[in-house]
Amino acid sequence: MELVERLLRGDKRAAAKAISILEDYDKKAADVLGAIYPHTGKAHIIGITGPTGTGKSTLVFALAKEFRKRDKKVGIIAIDPTSPFTGGALLGDRIRMGSLTLDEGVFIRSMGTRGHAGGTSRATADVIKVLDAMGMQKIFAETAGAGQSEVDIARIAHTSIVVEMPGLGDDIQAMKAGILEIGDILVVNKADLDGVDSTLANLSLVVDREKPSGWKPRTQLTVATEDKGITDLADLIEEHYDFLKQSGTLETEGVERAKEELRAALSHHLFLRVFERPELIGEFNNLVQMVAKKEMDPHSAAEKLLGLAGIA
Amino acid sequence: MAKLRVLVAKPGLDGHDRGAKVVARALRDAGVEVIYTGLHQTPEQIVEAAIQEDVDAIGLSCLSGAHMTLFKTVMDILKEKGIDDIVVTCGGIIPDEDVTKLKEMGIAAVFGPGTPLQTIVDFHRKIAGK
Amino acid sequence: MPEEGDIKEIAKRKREWEGSTLKRSLDALPERRKAFTTTSSAPIDRLYTPDDTPDFDYFKKLGLPGEYPFTRGVHPTLYRSKLWTMRMFSGFGTAEETNARYKYLLEHGETGLSVAFDFPTLYGYDTDHTMARGEFGKCGVAISSLKDMEILFGGIPLDKISTSMTINGPAPVVWAMYIVAAERQGIPSTKIRGTIQNDILKEYIAQKSYIFPPEPSMRLIVDTFEFGSKEVPLWNTVSISGYHIREAGSTAVQELAFTLADGFEYVRAAKERGLDVDEFAPRLSFFFNAHNDLFEEIAKYRAARRIWARELKETFGAKNPRSWWMRFHTQTAGCALTAQQPENNIVRVAIQAIAAVLGGTQSLHTNSMDEAYAVPSAKAVKIALRTQQIIAHESGVANTIDPLGGSYFVEYLTDRMEEEAYEYFDKIEKLGGVIPALEKGFFQREIARAAYRYQKETDDKERIIVGVNEFVEKKPIKIALIDMDPEGERKHLERLNRLKKERDQKETERSLDRLKKAAEGEENVMPFILDCVRAHATLGETCGVLREVFGEYREPIIY
Repeated sequence: MELVERLLRGDKRAAAKAISILEDYDKKAADVLGAIYPHTGKAHIIGITGPTGTGKSTLVFALAKEFRKRDKKVGIIAIDPTSPFTGGALLGDRIRMGSLTLDEGVFIRSMGTRGHAGGTSRATADVIKVLDAMGMQKIFAETAGAGQSEVDIARIAHTSIVVEMPGLGDDIQAMKAGILEIGDILVVNKADLDGVDSTLANLSLVVDREKPSGWKPRTQLTVATEDKGITDLADLIEEHYDFLKQSGTLETEGVERAKEELRAALSHHLFLRVFERPELIGEFNNLVQMVAKKEMDPHSAAEKLLGLAGIA
Repeated sequence: MAKLRVLVAKPGLDGHDRGAKVVARALRDAGVEVIYTGLHQTPEQIVEAAIQEDVDAIGLSCLSGAHMTLFKTVMDILKEKGIDDIVVTCGGIIPDEDVTKLKEMGIAAVFGPGTPLQTIVDFHRKIAGK
Repeated sequence: MPEEGDIKEIAKRKREWEGSTLKRSLDALPERRKAFTTTSSAPIDRLYTPDDTPDFDYFKKLGLPGEYPFTRGVHPTLYRSKLWTMRMFSGFGTAEETNARYKYLLEHGETGLSVAFDFPTLYGYDTDHTMARGEFGKCGVAISSLKDMEILFGGIPLDKISTSMTINGPAPVVWAMYIVAAERQGIPSTKIRGTIQNDILKEYIAQKSYIFPPEPSMRLIVDTFEFGSKEVPLWNTVSISGYHIREAGSTAVQELAFTLADGFEYVRAAKERGLDVDEFAPRLSFFFNAHNDLFEEIAKYRAARRIWARELKETFGAKNPRSWWMRFHTQTAGCALTAQQPENNIVRVAIQAIAAVLGGTQSLHTNSMDEAYAVPSAKAVKIALRTQQIIAHESGVANTIDPLGGSYFVEYLTDRMEEEAYEYFDKIEKLGGVIPALEKGFFQREIARAAYRYQKETDDKERIIVGVNEFVEKKPIKIALIDMDPEGERKHLERLNRLKKERDQKETERSLDRLKKAAEGEENVMPFILDCVRAHATLGETCGVLREVFGEYREPIIY
């Protein structure tokens, strides 16, 4: 494919078009993915997550500048929520990153969560592959707010960073349940505000717990707006990456990740088998009515659809 | 299904972002993915952002009177890069005689003060239909 | 106002009226709309009676003009002694062109000057900066150096006229240029009168022409307070502005509340520096918008005066009655001007101006009919000035003080806006104060929501705007717009380059170095900026030094 050839040479416009194809999952998507897949697996993927208002975009901006100084090409994917009611989204993370736009070695893409047809994780993983294939070496995937997408990102990323700030209090309590635990590095941004000590104390509960890989989560204070703590954080990111490589975790997790990807792809394709066919969409809607009226259970309805699609 | 993506951009120094934000929100509510660049963007940054975001349209807003220079530069860069699949529209404080010139430059629509949001939404829906 | 017993009787009779006289009328002829609202979408009842302000206490709520709480005005005679200052905000192109416009306006009866700067100047850039591309002289005059400032006021005696300058981020530098320009006319800083807007908080909130982050910006502002109270005693060192908040789409109450909250923040910052509130508070001035809704606007000005007086006296402990005065400038709403049928704007502006006068403004700018297209032509600006003169001399509204005081409706509205303003003060307090609230995007979000609602209501014709969504004419009406000197930018740049060649470069650099050290330390920077100006450092160079020391502000992401 000409498009893929161009993107492999680092052509940003081609990469951008390929991303749209994968995001929209149009007819060419499978071909694009197939063509770029052999060229992926070189990049270090870093997930950044945490509550809104903690300054994630600013942190990514600061880290991107730092890795540019270290001569790494940087890809950034900024994910913001899509409205479940209108399907629209306001994607504003570029506001923070304006001055990187013209940097040859940086590619930034904003994405809506588009909470339908396969979910965020599929599209995000695919888009990361494009950035990987075009030669980006450090790829940041930043997710907004709270929700499932954070956990999804942890499955895709090699290094997961959870961003906190002083004074969040209750939010931290709520987060403890899941999101904090995915963090390989816990960042307390806006560390010039009061209450850093109590935030760190809260985090220590998580930090003390070793991950299955043997990595002990670390904390880092930053003031991203003033580039404070950014060099140390970048060092920490590299340290974690080195650990993954040396301990063999990168490889073992790679197999896990492949399994996840295959699972996601499988369910997406099963889904498409049904929804690509207009007559089956009609049948789907009939079955929805029946399930709603309790005339059929959802599992039997799914079996029936798969049968009609010629799968079961 | 292909999702319509629109870049809303404010070139130059003008900080009046009321209109840009209202339009961004109206497009969002109409199901569009709107990428907002924020203030103080150069024409070069706007075009590059449009490329990386692979948008279908760019909406430029400027109320300072610098539109003839700034919008023209955006159009020139697009032409120079051979980009002809992005529709450009604009709004702001723009005298009638400039509207004609802007259209000659290739700007598809000028949404002046008082334009109903629905007009802007409908215009973009038409792009999506193409 | 009536006694308590009377109020009960009025309420009772009103209920009876609703069941009888009113009901019969509504049955025969229903009202035009389900709900009536102000321009800010606040609900308005059919009729107001004393029942709507049951705890009305004349002296607590209104007092007498020139006396606490100043609801009826800060001057005991208001416009009977001295009319408001007719001050037309203007500037475009080169300093020469704007100087000619000032003389034209003064010749036609303008009584104060008001400078509009172009965007590069507002951001502290010289015209040769890359970000200045296309902006030269477009929405104001370009001032890059002392030389430009001297040309701007050439032939205008700066001890005879007061000048207001809409400048914020670079305010200390531009003010210094004015002080030195006066100095070189032989007029000492103690004799000059005027205002610098110098209100950075509303820039973060609404207009977005900020340069530095909040902390150093507040320091610069307090530096000007301190310097002004000693060296430029007749100067208003800040004009705390709601105008731009309103233009960004806020409601009238938001304009009122956010502006006053900003004002309290400046008072707090200056007190923290150790300044005596009675030293600087009399030099604080305000600037409000006059939008379309006559009564809502009048109530806003009255509520503003009352709240300010109370807070300065009771919360901030000011003892000098002058500190309690809220003096304000008004400009008619630019965002209410329509590009459609632009002549209609003359009428809108007249109504808005009447609101400002009935609200007791100290000075007034009236917009020109063509400003939805460009900066105004000489003809359009003259009509706008004449509008003020007609209101002053023909309409009779300037003959008595606060003529709407005691109107059941206006007193009710004044009370309600005051109450709603206090609700906002509480919210801001809970967010940690003005600066934390703006960093969290509180104001920006509130304003963006109101702006969106306004547009939606207009689109849905819940609000009628003549010529825009009703009484529309297909054929556009042409009006003649301003002609600017096409060679202006070239001439300006030539002057700038010549200045850089001819000045004593070593002295310029020395002055900039000294400013840098002062900015890094804690000294008041004003004397150092004045030295830079005297050494012909440009606006961009001087602000550049401050940018280097203070950094630049980046806005939070808010829709």
